[in-house]
Amino acid sequence: MTEHSSPLPTSQRESATFDRHTIAEIHRAADTGIYDIRGFGAKRAVPNFDDLLCLGASMSRYPLEGYRERCATDVWLGTRNAKKPLHIKIPVTIAGMSFGALSAQAKESLGRGASQMGTLTTTGDGGMTDEERGQTDLLVYQLLPSRYGMNPDHLRAADALEIVLGQGAKPGGGGMLMGQKISDRVAQMRTLPQGIDQRSPCRHPDWTGPDDLAIKIEELREITDWQKPIFVKIGATRTYYDVKLAVKAGADAIVLDGMQGGTAATQEVFIEHIGIPLLAAIPQAVQALQEMGVHRQVQLVVSGGIRNGADVAKALALGADCTSIGVGALIALGCNHPHWDEDYRRLGSAAGFFDDYQDGTDPAGITTQDPQLTSRLDPVRGGRRLANYLRVLTMEAQTIARACGKSHVQNLEPEDLVALSVEAAAMARVPLAGTEWVPGTKAHE
Amino acid sequence: MMRTVSLETHSVRQVNQWLHEQNAKLEEENWQITEPQGRHALACGLDQALKLTIDGHAGYYCAGMNKQAEVVIEGSAGVGVAENMMSGTVRVRGNASQCAGATAHGGLLVIEGDAGARCGIAMKGVDIVVGGNVGPMSGFMAQAGRLVVCGNADEALGDSLYEARLYVRGTVESLGADCEEKNMTPEDQTELAELLHAAGYRNTFRTEEFRVYGSARRLYNFQIDQAGPDR
Repeated sequence: MTEHSSPLPTSQRESATFDRHTIAEIHRAADTGIYDIRGFGAKRAVPNFDDLLCLGASMSRYPLEGYRERCATDVWLGTRNAKKPLHIKIPVTIAGMSFGALSAQAKESLGRGASQMGTLTTTGDGGMTDEERGQTDLLVYQLLPSRYGMNPDHLRAADALEIVLGQGAKPGGGGMLMGQKISDRVAQMRTLPQGIDQRSPCRHPDWTGPDDLAIKIEELREITDWQKPIFVKIGATRTYYDVKLAVKAGADAIVLDGMQGGTAATQEVFIEHIGIPLLAAIPQAVQALQEMGVHRQVQLVVSGGIRNGADVAKALALGADCTSIGVGALIALGCNHPHWDEDYRRLGSAAGFFDDYQDGTDPAGITTQDPQLTSRLDPVRGGRRLANYLRVLTMEAQTIARACGKSHVQNLEPEDLVALSVEAAAMARVPLAGTEWVPGTKAHE
Repeated sequence: MMRTVSLETHSVRQVNQWLHEQNAKLEEENWQITEPQGRHALACGLDQALKLTIDGHAGYYCAGMNKQAEVVIEGSAGVGVAENMMSGTVRVRGNASQCAGATAHGGLLVIEGDAGARCGIAMKGVDIVVGGNVGPMSGFMAQAGRLVVCGNADEALGDSLYEARLYVRGTVESLGADCEEKNMTPEDQTELAELLHAAGYRNTFRTEEFRVYGSARRLYNFQIDQAGPDR
């Protein structure tokens, strides 16, 4: 970060089109001849849950007492076909993040924190580690295009399976793991040479299209004797159609990841310009599920920019069954914490700005395989911090639900919401605050 | 004793359940599935040293994720036969559709006829021997293991190959990105001879008739030239 020694004269005007970041990026491109690859997630401003407000109860609705009246938070996932659906205690899960992208300590922390709060966590590209399985009560095992570390024993050891078609930060793209993070252990788990820049494929190797996916799901059900729920994860783009096809293929739950979702490493142009915000995607998914008569039977888990309990409550009000967090969980573990500010500055960044997950130099020991750095993260403490964060998310969501008179957070509904902007109203399909106007609906055209 | 089950009278679910019950303890070693009728997901998820014959054609993902079992398909196999196999042996007497042996980590897959496109895609340690030809993009992103093609290979063989070794006896329509012909070493000859022997082709083909292909390793690390707009 460059510090200016003196303020600019007021006569100087920064271009809104060629702002300082844009100019720096053009200079960087001209210097190197290659696009920027980074982690974290989208940094541009897009319509999000802050553009919605909740309508608390007054005369027309009864609120619930904050400390005395029950407001349940549990969620069932995978009730459609699996003999053993999952029952989690809070409406927040931990999204898939790989060992490789994250340190073993980080994965263990996620498992510990999620288990303390009775929710699930998810593997990632690269397979299942003993640390993760050992510290996680409910673990979802991802089936990704790369199939790195894919093992039928792990399929059977998992509590649910998640077929990953896409990720909100990069729908249509495969994963990346740069050579500096391919340690011996990571290389061995992925059957790759140590130190190479690993680029995962963007399509599955043995099926194409929804008809094939139906047969793939059938195979996974057969291998696991129809015990495990099977989720299908999609990056938010043509959400209405993708959800319908995934449901038709047999998904027990849809995991919908919006464009604000995180990534370990992807081209910045991908992160910032491909996909749609969760705010716009959830109503499309709910519409698809409702039209197929399976809303609440095929559960909808949404992720991509969930930060606080208000986001959770608003996502549920739009029709999601549950939310999922990735970047938020890493921040809870200590990512971008001011404690590491000096280290971040030595890397040319600062606490609050760090996004170079791909470099493997994370001072917080989370997105790195460097033993010196990973030793900075105590999994017990990390797990406790994550559990605290999950507890706050849940209590905040409960606070809003009670204020809206709901005895279960899943009873929140679209009519509990209004929008602050025309854009948000159109995307979320709720009225602009103070009006009955829902832009784009036929009643008002 | 051979236990014979017909898919005319039993469902795939029932038959797979019976086979999976052997995973915990092997009580019936020899199995035969009759009238398979091209059903999908037959005998997937086996984890026991049992012997199974499928008396006819199989659909998608037959013997998927196999461990230990010895499976013979007395017909042709659909997409993804022996996908992600870990160990054991799968033999297809007829032809195999696309993606045979996809991402498989171990064991031996023998296809006595031809294999379709993307045979051995992303293979991670399996050995595959194809008696006939393989379709385009075979060995795509193959990470480890050996693919032996006793016939011809279609275009883009071994595209974006990692450390798998590809042996081809006939012609290669074209090589994929970063795949190149290597010098056949004595170790390669020995390895190939062992694979042909294991597949039952010891007296059918001579190792001298084959060429070997591997990765040029030019795509292993991200470089500006690889990301250029012409790619």
